[in-house]
Amino acid sequence: MPFRIDRRREMSRGLLYLSPVLAVAMTVLTGFALFAALGQDPLPALYHFGISPLTTLYGVSELLVKAAPLITIAVGLAVGFRANVWNIGAEGQLTFGAIAAGVVALNFWGEEGGWILPLMCLAGVLGGMAYAAVPAFLKTRFGVNEILTSLMLTYVAALLLSALVFGPLKDPAGFNFPQSRMFTDSALLPIILAGTRLHFGAVAALMIAVAVWVLMTFTIVGFQLRVLGQAPAAARYAGFHGKRLIWICLLMSGGLAGLAGTFEIAGPIGQLIPAITPGYGFTAIIVAFLGRLHPLGIVLAGLVMALSYIGGENAQVEVGLPQAATGVFQGLLLFFLLASDFLVRYRVRLARRVTE
Amino acid sequence: MKTAVTRRDFVLGSAAAAGTLGLAGPRAFAAEPLKVGFVYVGPVGDFGWTHGHDMGRKAIEAHFGGQVKTTFVENVAEGPDAERVIRQLASSGHELIFSTSFGFMNPTLRVAKMFPKVKFEHATGYRTAPNVSVYNARFHEGRVVCGTIAGHVTKSGIAGYIGSFPIPEVVMGINAFTLAARKIRPDTKVKVVWVNSWYDPGKEGDAAKALIDQGADIMCQHTDSPAPLQVAEARGIHGFGQASDMKTFAPNAQLTAILDVWDGYYIQRTRDVLDRKWQSQSIWWGLKEGMVKMAPYGAAVPENVRQEAEAAREALVSGARHPFAGPIEDQKGVPRVAEGQSLSDKEIAAMDWYVEGVEA
Repeated sequence: MPFRIDRRREMSRGLLYLSPVLAVAMTVLTGFALFAALGQDPLPALYHFGISPLTTLYGVSELLVKAAPLITIAVGLAVGFRANVWNIGAEGQLTFGAIAAGVVALNFWGEEGGWILPLMCLAGVLGGMAYAAVPAFLKTRFGVNEILTSLMLTYVAALLLSALVFGPLKDPAGFNFPQSRMFTDSALLPIILAGTRLHFGAVAALMIAVAVWVLMTFTIVGFQLRVLGQAPAAARYAGFHGKRLIWICLLMSGGLAGLAGTFEIAGPIGQLIPAITPGYGFTAIIVAFLGRLHPLGIVLAGLVMALSYIGGENAQVEVGLPQAATGVFQGLLLFFLLASDFLVRYRVRLARRVTE
Repeated sequence: MKTAVTRRDFVLGSAAAAGTLGLAGPRAFAAEPLKVGFVYVGPVGDFGWTHGHDMGRKAIEAHFGGQVKTTFVENVAEGPDAERVIRQLASSGHELIFSTSFGFMNPTLRVAKMFPKVKFEHATGYRTAPNVSVYNARFHEGRVVCGTIAGHVTKSGIAGYIGSFPIPEVVMGINAFTLAARKIRPDTKVKVVWVNSWYDPGKEGDAAKALIDQGADIMCQHTDSPAPLQVAEARGIHGFGQASDMKTFAPNAQLTAILDVWDGYYIQRTRDVLDRKWQSQSIWWGLKEGMVKMAPYGAAVPENVRQEAEAAREALVSGARHPFAGPIEDQKGVPRVAEGQSLSDKEIAAMDWYVEGVEA
């Protein structure tokens, strides 16, 4: 190997904060070249990608709407990732939670009452937890790898949702098209900003991020989870209940994913349809790592990720950038963010020839 | 009488005054081009459904030249993202917006409420509004022609059918195909595999392989990629292209293809907006109106079959043949349509049962 990678003993604090700025600068530069090579005028393309979505109140509200489920899910996942519990199936837990909440909404269809929405949230959280309990049980009882089980259950949840909207939950007046009735008002999240889709779920996402940060930083459980991740042997010697911690991680991330699903169907969607998530559960994994598994970092990462999606659509509409180019641009952003983060923490050196 | 005269009013007024000169001339000089937006569920390069709509978009550009400017957003997920994209188009000055997938229905209606002056055209849905039209094509008429050919060409008597989702549109296609095939060869079986996606070349191809392994020697699809036909080509069986002519992907295998031809409708609706004659409507056009066409028959279709297929097509155009004319029994043997009767459009549009011979 001509190169050697060493962990830096001391990280420069300045560089740590500078690295995202550097990454954005590199992305913009590379994007500039990319768009120019495609025959586009790079400046308007970049403007519509990164800036124009933020220039209106509506644009900002959409950013929050898109970021909310990503943040809600990623915050939960990060807790597990810190403790080496790899829940890859948030997409399925989101779906299952949404099914549970949707069943509540449809069951009380047409009824009025402030209790319907809280009941839906409860059902959504419990649904997500129940779905995450399957990998948790298999892991703690039989030692089955939770990456596999949680991932594969994702497809089961998607098919279950399909079966329900094609069957018992189908809108009776919907000409046999696969979707439920539109929820009535009591089952819909309140809109925070008139004229936009900004719903309560966005506020909830921020509150959840703060709550999880408190949990991880100031509580015994949080401490135990961090120890479990960084030094499993130490956790064992200290007598921490490893299995209990696995349960906590999976139930928490599952419950939050279920809540995110509830907010999606009670917010922007307003009904059950076969495709309630464009992969939020998977994107949230990227968001979690992009935010360095820190709840507040995840809030920022979720916003950046959401901006890259909305900016991509915006650039298609405004300057006719092909979707593939916007995809490459998103990839560049992630690449530079992760690369500069890596280089702040590690150094790459030419390996000296070792004579033994 | 309006007091404020916009530039468009003025131009249209002068165009009308110019009378027989028509629209194209005067408007092109002065007015801002009409912005027409398209929302696609797949990539424009799917060579199927979205490709067909994008051909329609290009037809508008070619037809109206500088009078229109088109924009499209591809690969838009059905769900919350669709509403944002549609709203983005509406708020950036697009006056006519085509949303071309069923899952865009409710998002389209929500945005339409916020932008009453923008005209919306939603493909394959059923809910209209004062500024939302719906349009769809009778693809199942094309399935009758395919079924007629299949009944002759199949040796095993088993046709494979790759379905996306069991929505009425797909179900009616399977049924129309099966009825037509069994009219020629009464013991024909149609095996359906659902891939739960409109566009997933990998899954579509795998489904095709599985169906061929089960004895199918005819491949039908209601998904958007050419993958099933490519598999058919490789395995030496025959099949039908979907939405666009897929001959280049399967020169020997493709018997014909059902073509979605949106050009005429898109041009007409664009003209309606330019002429300020646009009104909300709900249309379902087929072979007769040219919204559905058949691709040239492949070499594997013998001359006599070709004639029969043409006869079926002409009968559908003239109305002499109805795709769902009785007697029809469903899978369980329950009579659904009596001799001499046929299904109404409303019944077809809500179809959720399979005819005899379908194994779904």
